[in-house]
Amino acid sequence: MSDRLAQFSRGARMSVPVVVASAPFAVLFGALAVDNGFTVAEATLMSATIFGGASQLVGIELFGQHVAPWLVVLSIFAVNFRHVLYSAAIGPHIAHWPWAQQAIAYFFLTDPQYAEAERIREQGHKVSFAWYMGMGLTLYVFWVVESCIGALFGRLIPDTHALGLDFLLPIYFLGIVMSFRNRPRWLPIVIASAIASMVAYKTVGSPWHVSLGALAGVLFAAAMPIRIEEPAEAST
Amino acid sequence: MSTTFWIIIAGAVATYLTRVGGHLLLSRFERLHPRVEAGLNAVPAAVLTTLVAPAALSAGPAELAALAVAAVVGLRGGLMTMFLAGAAVLIALRHFIG
Repeated sequence: MSDRLAQFSRGARMSVPVVVASAPFAVLFGALAVDNGFTVAEATLMSATIFGGASQLVGIELFGQHVAPWLVVLSIFAVNFRHVLYSAAIGPHIAHWPWAQQAIAYFFLTDPQYAEAERIREQGHKVSFAWYMGMGLTLYVFWVVESCIGALFGRLIPDTHALGLDFLLPIYFLGIVMSFRNRPRWLPIVIASAIASMVAYKTVGSPWHVSLGALAGVLFAAAMPIRIEEPAEAST
Repeated sequence: MSTTFWIIIAGAVATYLTRVGGHLLLSRFERLHPRVEAGLNAVPAAVLTTLVAPAALSAGPAELAALAVAAVVGLRGGLMTMFLAGAAVLIALRHFIG
């Protein structure tokens, strides 16, 4: 029991940089949501049920432009599509959890949650439900409460640029990317994804650059010669 | 219930489907092809890179310097050290360059 508590608080502690880096986005989301015609309750509900910053910002932006509702939903789906890859990658490592725990865990599968879970595995630890929820619930509570605060007091936000708040998440994600540098073919994968996402960003546009860039890196890794000694032509 | 409410709920359902969908698809296969496994192994680097690269594309000198310093620190220090170093450079340079 105390082991579970230790795991939970370890997860909560690992969430600190993410809580710091994502706080401005949560507040910004709340403020923008009200600005775009949401009530405070609706803004909070969106954070509590979707729990995905970029997709929420895209959603309220389109909502404010009076785009058709199904298109708003489709855009949220498009921005969040990268989670399919997280889900596929993390699935086998939590498949031994009870069914209900897995169903709950997938709700909390955000970018940092996935990244830290992979890092835990890399360090040779098991991904436990207590650790996972320690991180996930902490992020969730802060995200929802800060969204609500942003919706209530959005007009009081000072100039966040000087504090660098808008650029903290890219720095955090760069650190996460680098922490995987011991994996096979890390550099070529990063280069492939970086180029593909930048080209897609300039041509197709956001949010598709995320899925397209990710796909480029994953396909590249899958297409490279397989290193383990396996018969080259495995039967289907 | 308002249209907004239903947009939020539909968006939440769509989001949950992306989070659970990859696992549901793959768990139907008994054994993964090595190429699929190699692809899955590349997921963290591939996806998270796309969250950094376009941001760097539109970044000014302060942002680029912060990323560069963070990258160098990240080669040695832990994630938290790297994060704080990058943030410190960013805030300092924005203060002086604007």
